[in-house]
Amino acid sequence: MSKLSQKEYRVVTKPIRKLDAMQLLTGQPVYTDDVTPQDCLVVKLLRSPHAHALIKEIETEKAMAVPGAVAVYTYKDVCQERFTTAGQTYPEPSAYDRLLLDQRVRFVGDPVAIIAAETGEAADLMLARVKVSYEVLPAVLDFHTAKDNELLVHPEDNWRSLCPVGADNRRNLVAHEEDSWGDPDAVFAQCAHVVEKTVHCKANNQAMMETFRTYCEIDTYGRLHVISSTQIIFHVRRIVSNALGIPKSKIRVTKPRIGGGFGAKQSVVAEIYPAFVTWMTKRPSKLVYTREECQIAASPRHEMEVRVKVGADAEGHIRAMDMYTLSNSGAYSEHGPTTVGLSGHKSISLYANQLQAYRFNYDVVYTNLQAAGAFRGYGAPQGIFAVESAVNEIADRVGISPIAIREINMTREGNVIRSYYGELATSCALDRCLVRAKEKIGWDDSSLCRMLDDHTVRAKGMAIAMQGSGISNVDVGSATVRLTEDGGYALVIGAADMGTGCDTILAQMVAEVMECEISDVTVYSADTDFSPYDSGSYASSTTYVTGKAVERACLELQDQICGLGAQMMELSREQVVFTSDSVRSEDGSRAVSLLDIATKSMCGNTQAMQATVTHSSPTSPPPYMVGMVELDIDIETGEAKVANYVAVADCGTVINENLARIQLEGGIVQGIGMALYENVTYMTDGSIAENSLMEYKIPSRMDIGKLDVEFESSYESSGPFGAKSIGELVIDTPVPAIAHAIYEATGVWLTELPFTPEKILEAIEQGGKYKNN
Amino acid sequence: MIKHIYGDFFLLKLFFGGSVDAEKIQKIPDKENSMLKFKQYYRVKSLEEAYELNQKKSNVVVGGMLWLKLQRRTIGGVIDLSDLGLDHISETADAFTIGAMVPLRDLEQHEGLRAYLGEALHESLRHIVGVQFRNVATVGGSIFGRFGFSDVLTLFLALDAKVKFYQAGELPLSVYASSAPLDKELKNDILEAVILPKHVEAAAYRSVRNSETDFPVLTCCAAKVDGVYRVSVGARPMRAAYTADLTGILKEGITPETAAVFGKWVSEQVATGSNVRASADYRRKMIAVLTKRNVLDLAAQEKGGQR
Amino acid sequence: MDVRFTLNGVERTVPISADTLLLDLLRSMKCYSVKRGCETGNCGLCTVFVDGKPVLSCSTLAARVEGHDVVTLEGLREEAEAYGAYIADEGAEQCGFCNPGLMMNAIALYRENPDATDDEIKEYLAGNLCRCSGYEGQLRGIRSYLNYKKGEACHE
Repeated sequence: MSKLSQKEYRVVTKPIRKLDAMQLLTGQPVYTDDVTPQDCLVVKLLRSPHAHALIKEIETEKAMAVPGAVAVYTYKDVCQERFTTAGQTYPEPSAYDRLLLDQRVRFVGDPVAIIAAETGEAADLMLARVKVSYEVLPAVLDFHTAKDNELLVHPEDNWRSLCPVGADNRRNLVAHEEDSWGDPDAVFAQCAHVVEKTVHCKANNQAMMETFRTYCEIDTYGRLHVISSTQIIFHVRRIVSNALGIPKSKIRVTKPRIGGGFGAKQSVVAEIYPAFVTWMTKRPSKLVYTREECQIAASPRHEMEVRVKVGADAEGHIRAMDMYTLSNSGAYSEHGPTTVGLSGHKSISLYANQLQAYRFNYDVVYTNLQAAGAFRGYGAPQGIFAVESAVNEIADRVGISPIAIREINMTREGNVIRSYYGELATSCALDRCLVRAKEKIGWDDSSLCRMLDDHTVRAKGMAIAMQGSGISNVDVGSATVRLTEDGGYALVIGAADMGTGCDTILAQMVAEVMECEISDVTVYSADTDFSPYDSGSYASSTTYVTGKAVERACLELQDQICGLGAQMMELSREQVVFTSDSVRSEDGSRAVSLLDIATKSMCGNTQAMQATVTHSSPTSPPPYMVGMVELDIDIETGEAKVANYVAVADCGTVINENLARIQLEGGIVQGIGMALYENVTYMTDGSIAENSLMEYKIPSRMDIGKLDVEFESSYESSGPFGAKSIGELVIDTPVPAIAHAIYEATGVWLTELPFTPEKILEAIEQGGKYKNN
Repeated sequence: MIKHIYGDFFLLKLFFGGSVDAEKIQKIPDKENSMLKFKQYYRVKSLEEAYELNQKKSNVVVGGMLWLKLQRRTIGGVIDLSDLGLDHISETADAFTIGAMVPLRDLEQHEGLRAYLGEALHESLRHIVGVQFRNVATVGGSIFGRFGFSDVLTLFLALDAKVKFYQAGELPLSVYASSAPLDKELKNDILEAVILPKHVEAAAYRSVRNSETDFPVLTCCAAKVDGVYRVSVGARPMRAAYTADLTGILKEGITPETAAVFGKWVSEQVATGSNVRASADYRRKMIAVLTKRNVLDLAAQEKGGQR
Repeated sequence: MDVRFTLNGVERTVPISADTLLLDLLRSMKCYSVKRGCETGNCGLCTVFVDGKPVLSCSTLAARVEGHDVVTLEGLREEAEAYGAYIADEGAEQCGFCNPGLMMNAIALYRENPDATDDEIKEYLAGNLCRCSGYEGQLRGIRSYLNYKKGEACHE
């Protein structure tokens, strides 16, 4: 659909300030550790120094002798039913393979004991005084050899898989699937050009600025109140219930402001420990993760090795794709069975236009390494790195430009995308994004690789990407909208604004439908006792799924307001219309103001001025994006710097231009970090070298050159106001675009992240393009 | 925190215990998460007092505390030199004297040094995390610790600076930096200042980093000091070492060719090692490249008559 | 032991232990704008002024501020509001957790170098990590504020 079919909106699409912006910028106390008492029990975790071991004995007496000691809990004290900490809709695809504390520890950092003390200082002393003797076991540290290894990460009998994802703890398998369409082998046999490529992505950390943290207390009714920095209040409630073996009705979960998430807080990383302490002691407690804990024992991206084969005919029509992904879930299964799917579904699906067959197989394995989780992109960046590198390479083989090969093959509006559950591309402006990006960067204005001075080369590279908008037929978004006493509106949601601004954009939607100002809308989120059920903020679902619920709830509330207004004017419902500040008779002769209706609603009224709507979508329309980079490479040192990154995205209608732009820019910079700096190195004992922000280098502002982003909207009729999603898509293009630029500069395709100066220099030497080297 | 990289200053988690005073719990701010623990804070009034306290093994002189803080250990007490006036840079006709407690940011911004050392000074400091970090980190902390990753050590080593200790007096930084292990007397001495004689004719500094504010993969400073071309190389990843144009490669003048030959020669003189940031082989190549570029800068400075 | 210092213009005397960090002390004194984001001095979230200079409170001993002047964002509310509005207009506050440290250092930048170029801004603020924004929006906001202040100065 063209831009012309879009309506003109009054509040939606406008670059409105975030409702909480000034509170945040002036440093007001709004985060978990600011809004909860400081004088509660301090919870800390004693962690395993071994990658795989059985606890033989734990001596806690000396720790309990520390003044201020309150409790040391070990595996002997906890519920023996296994559960998963993956924040997913029940029944979770992730296997039930965790205990709160287990006798078997499965990675360096796995919790061994929960410590509770009056002070942090006492807790530190206690940590040092718990004496544990281990029977150290051989560990599975290489994910290539994990499947069917005789060493089992989860040999236990009470391991359970609730969904048919191909999991088998006797084979170290978290998931396995074989999927295909057409006859890939026959089509490959016909292809003039076939490129095969294997790429390796690391277990990157989200590195949100606020580490995991949770406060718990017992409320007035004796229930457990969990206040946590989480994206998923309702999943937290269920998971805490499973972990503690107590009913969900005994648990209330709320979230204050969140200091970033990016998927990290879609797993229940910290909550279960203070929840257990508070439930046992009936005293308030708090657990604040250190940065080191975030780096070594949290919920990073799945390390993946993706092998892809792409076949094209002599003219460059891409006819077949074959992908095998090996994903490392680490010691536990969180998000393992689902992230891997995106490595194929979001990459192969970029080329639906000419494709005749595909195969997509995968294994997700257990190892004795840090367990993975959800991180923006959720498997897509890994697969897109592989496919986009292969497509760029095949363009070279065919002898056409990277632009031309996309023009021929990329998914277009109206295509049926076989590798994406057969979904129809209902809204797709990828073609327009490509044209615009090409213009912006001046793709054709200079050669793809040119010398800037005697040792600096500037090279261009590009990639395209897609993501989803929520999980089709699974994600549930809900909204409650009510008329407030002063004639404004209150929106209550269960989605979590983790800085992205969803509170604001959902309020914009209310203002749009109710024809009021954004200042007339208040937002409250999120509380399992008050909020209508929402799966939570992940999978790029909030704008698309919860947004639709908001839109529909507003329409229902309008109807209710009209009903009461009509009653007040002694007219029938059909005889009145809603206007921005009143309900009027159709002929315009009479009206009652919203304020009067609000007042009336509190006196002798039997009709709630409040609507709750729950929404779920049968489809997950993809947003699309084109990313192009100009990379400056020092050919003597291999140092590379992004001089310019151009991106054009189609996220459907842009609900808030400023906030969407920041999503784009922020995601691109995370992608640049993934491409160039962020490394995860496993030492021989299974520990992680990059255990701090001193070692794990996320981009600083000095690392980033110019970002130049814009939107090329399509209109997605199933979404609120034509919107799709933006949150995850944005991280997908930098890695393959930068790999492409490095190829243009060196003649060598790099396949293992990150592309450090040393690796780039090796490529330069190997490519032999520069004689002086 | 950085145990895998710089094993030399990672100490095992040691806790010697001690009782928690019940009343203290009420009043004193809790430590959410501090690795370094100590019971005594000595804000000394004289160098002598500092020296006496420093003879006790369990006491440590605290500079910026940035590196000390990362060590998971319990020490007896810290000795703070803040009141000794060591946070000043003084300039005479012959030398700059940089107090041990001068923050790196003050070093970076000192007008006299900027004029004297030109871009080399800024380049050696600007990658060190950020302004608020450099406002805390001290010159003395950087030099005394002789850290492998130290940009500051690399800079002053090439410039043939001196260090002044309370007891040992003045000695060349090159001697201090290369004596390994440090004898007990120096270890327990108090570093007062770094002295930079005004014998620098030109200086150039470069580093290779995996990202702008990361620890360096390699640091390199070249300088013409009293007519001699000196080169220091740090983050090898071992502590900085230095050499000079001993074979006279640059004697006939600095050209792109002689600079390259000299770079190659230096890379053969200085040992390198591997860590997670880069291999020994890559570092060796970087010594050649950075030396070459720095030396060419020296030539340009000499030609331009300014640094 | 006690430490006596000026906090946001008010003289305070409070008990500390020898190894109390300024960050922990300030949070215990309800200056919740001061945040901890790492243990290694890399993130800049804990930036406060000591005698007008931005420092890492996570790496400053509380005992060291004896007799000194400490300012947190709580003490700069007006300036933070005026300056922050420009960042808010870009939507670049995002999760907000890095904001107090960023605002402190951005104010320090303005006071030290009101004519800063984009590269100088980036270098000055390099020690303030942000994982959400990609930095460009913050740069636009800071740029706008500096330009506005420059215009204001010209008109005086």
